[in-house]
Amino acid sequence: MGELIRLESIVKSYDGNIVLDGINLSVSENEFVTLLGPSGCGKTTTLRLIGGFEKPDEGRIFFDGKEINNVPANQRPVNTVFQNYALFPHMNVGENIAFGLRIKNKTDQYIKDKIEYVLKLVNLKGFETRSIHQLSGGQQQRIAMARAIVNEPRVLLLDEPLGALDLKLRQEMEYELVRLKKELGITFIYVTHDQEEALTMSDKVVVMNEGRIQQEGTPEQIYNEPENAFVADFIGDSNILPGKMIRDYLVMINGIEFPCIDGSEQGFKPRQKVDVVIRPEDIEIKPYGKGLFNGTIISKLFIGMHYEMLVESEDGKIEWLLQNYDQHEVGEKIGMYVKPENIQIMHKPRSEDEEALELDI
Amino acid sequence: MIYKRRYASPFIIWIIAGTVIPLASIAYYGFTDRTGSFTFANILAMFQPDHFQALGLSLLLSIISTLICLVLAFPMAMILKDSKFGKQGFMIFVIILPMWMNFLLRTMAWQVLLERQGVINSIITSIGLPRQELMNTPGAIVLGMVYDFLPFMILPIYNTVSKIDKHIIEAAYDLGATKRQTFTDVIIPMTVPGIVSGITMVFIPALTTFVISNMLGGGKVNLIGNIIEQEFTVNSNWYLGSGLSLVMMVFIIISMLLLQKFDKTGGENLI
Amino acid sequence: MKKTFGNIYILIIMLFLYLPIMALIVLSFNEAKSMAVFTGFSLKWYDELFNSDLMISAMFNTFTIAIVSALIATVVGTMAVIGMNAMKKKSQNALMGFNNIPLLNADIVTGISLMLFMLILQIPRGYGTILFSHTTFCIPYVILSVKPRVNKRTESLYEAALDLGATGRYAFRKIVFPELWPGIFSGFLLSFTMSVDDFIITYFTRGAGINTISTLIYSQVKVGIRPSLFALSTIIFVAALVVLVIINIRQSKTDKRNKMVFNL
Repeated sequence: MGELIRLESIVKSYDGNIVLDGINLSVSENEFVTLLGPSGCGKTTTLRLIGGFEKPDEGRIFFDGKEINNVPANQRPVNTVFQNYALFPHMNVGENIAFGLRIKNKTDQYIKDKIEYVLKLVNLKGFETRSIHQLSGGQQQRIAMARAIVNEPRVLLLDEPLGALDLKLRQEMEYELVRLKKELGITFIYVTHDQEEALTMSDKVVVMNEGRIQQEGTPEQIYNEPENAFVADFIGDSNILPGKMIRDYLVMINGIEFPCIDGSEQGFKPRQKVDVVIRPEDIEIKPYGKGLFNGTIISKLFIGMHYEMLVESEDGKIEWLLQNYDQHEVGEKIGMYVKPENIQIMHKPRSEDEEALELDI
Repeated sequence: MIYKRRYASPFIIWIIAGTVIPLASIAYYGFTDRTGSFTFANILAMFQPDHFQALGLSLLLSIISTLICLVLAFPMAMILKDSKFGKQGFMIFVIILPMWMNFLLRTMAWQVLLERQGVINSIITSIGLPRQELMNTPGAIVLGMVYDFLPFMILPIYNTVSKIDKHIIEAAYDLGATKRQTFTDVIIPMTVPGIVSGITMVFIPALTTFVISNMLGGGKVNLIGNIIEQEFTVNSNWYLGSGLSLVMMVFIIISMLLLQKFDKTGGENLI
Repeated sequence: MKKTFGNIYILIIMLFLYLPIMALIVLSFNEAKSMAVFTGFSLKWYDELFNSDLMISAMFNTFTIAIVSALIATVVGTMAVIGMNAMKKKSQNALMGFNNIPLLNADIVTGISLMLFMLILQIPRGYGTILFSHTTFCIPYVILSVKPRVNKRTESLYEAALDLGATGRYAFRKIVFPELWPGIFSGFLLSFTMSVDDFIITYFTRGAGINTISTLIYSQVKVGIRPSLFALSTIIFVAALVVLVIINIRQSKTDKRNKMVFNL
């Protein structure tokens, strides 16, 4: 898989507010890349830069090895599916899809065949003459997709395309998107704030916050090995706790020592302050006193497949979030255990903590 | 339920007394003569040379001024859309303000400018050119119409243009359209409702006016509005006046139906 | 480049819209009666304007007619909207069709039709007939601005109030009416300005010997323009300016407030 798009130290600001602060990103051919982050993190701006709707203040954008900073949107081999679909309200479905092809002066027969083909692809066969106003949200979404892919772009940009759909439809569309991507064999760059979408569909997830890339990697890497507290917090539910390295492979949280698999090889020196991530499903329940640490269940919630519980530590300083398939009662005292490989140690964000530590040493 | 049908009764009575019966009486007078018997004469009177000419001139002048308004208003609306937000509010304010001035006074202002002894002529003569006959010409009437009705064209067009989602325009670029193609294939078609209501708001008052032609035409240019007005106020021939009004209404209805064809929203934005 | 072109274009349109008005304002302070040369500053035309009994009574008529007809139209129109809501969609649409007639019809036809109506019934034309006619063309504006406010939302608010123990009357007064109020108020304002501005319908439905500002201007212009009309133009322009500025300031204040609420 060769590199298709490269962003090099992109900086972009609006009215003095920095939106993108040195973005470096590489997208390979035929890759499904998701830009994930909370609103205002710069993910949509990144997409708009690639689409050609914005120009970077600094840095360069390469497409297929050529710089495209100054190539206008209408000449880039990419197409966009807009967040609110941006279908032309004065045209029917067929005319909307034909728009890009007409501009390229394709023959009527070619256009007709292509419309039929893409409508079949998005499961809306026979919708050619429908008016846009007659379509449901999900159908509009599919037409917006069809209108973009009919132009055979090398990259499809999707700006929160499922944001306006309800949950069931959204999950359905996730499968559709993956199938479409396979059938088309093109690159998808997908923007969302929904971690579930990102983890389900992507080859690569790029987590962004405050104009910077926090972490990029496969969905598994992002979920299992978050590099900082932001990523851990943003992806899934987790217990993020302040801790301190005792020595290699031993970390202390709230006065209790936990064996772990990180040490100085991973850049964590003894006595260094760290953040520790423990996923709620990784905390195992043992009989009282038989685990690494004890606590009292203070609340319990049944959420479909499993129970979610809040457990207060014995000194009352910490509340642990647990997920478990077995039922336990509120007020029950339990012991808890976490396997060393399920303890994820992270560096503190560059902040006062670290400076304090350096003075400490 | 709070909503009771009887609350609408004063309104229904008012419609009957203020709209239905009055319009029915135009129809009644239009189809009768002084003896009270049925006739088509008042309708056919539109084809008498004076009347027909006046109708033709009214159509001509109102179409010309509507087109001029359209040509002037469209760029204005586009420029307003692109200008900065704070400035936009100010500009709308500036366009609305003249609409609040009595339109007789606005028309009079042009009389003051165009008069033989008026402002423009005194400027012309002061630089040594001969005095011009500006008043009492069809041109002066068109000028008056454009001046009086231009804001009514700018505002509805601006309203629709400014509501076009910026993503729609980006989508057009994204699909390969040039600026010009985006303008002709996306922006203009999406502005049609505004254009249609602008045209209605300019064309109908221009077609039926008798004030502008009276003030700037000096009674020398007769439009269909003048003829109808005179039948009622000077000649007291309500039968003929009603007949001509009916024909004029038919023209208005036809032109509105034609316009509606372009506007798929069905005139929702008319007001 | 494009910007300068835009600015020049705006400037030209502005000059076109405002130069004639400016000319009137300048000439209103002219000492001579000339419509072309400014001979010296004077307020005598303002004097003449305010010493004219005709003008004073025309102003009185204009504003009393505007206020009274706008009030009647507001009451009738608001009641109509409430009443129509209890009707079937079909009858609602039919009534709205009739409601739109005066809006779409040419003023001259509305004026003539009302005049004929009065002639047939042999109602002497005067203050009362103008009032009736103005109310007739104001009601549609009230209905159009109030109607969008009566919707599913107001209905559920009303039901919520009943659910919380309010009587129907109390719920209407405390819940429904405040919801409708902005529409009612703007309907009233719209009616008022339409009435003040009207010439054509007044022209056909007034009797001899009664004038509004519009009809008085028209009869005076026909005889020959006097500079006191320039003074009147200046006053109306300044009044419109002041009113619009006040409205704009109030609006931008509420806008800001809304934005703050929205951001929170």
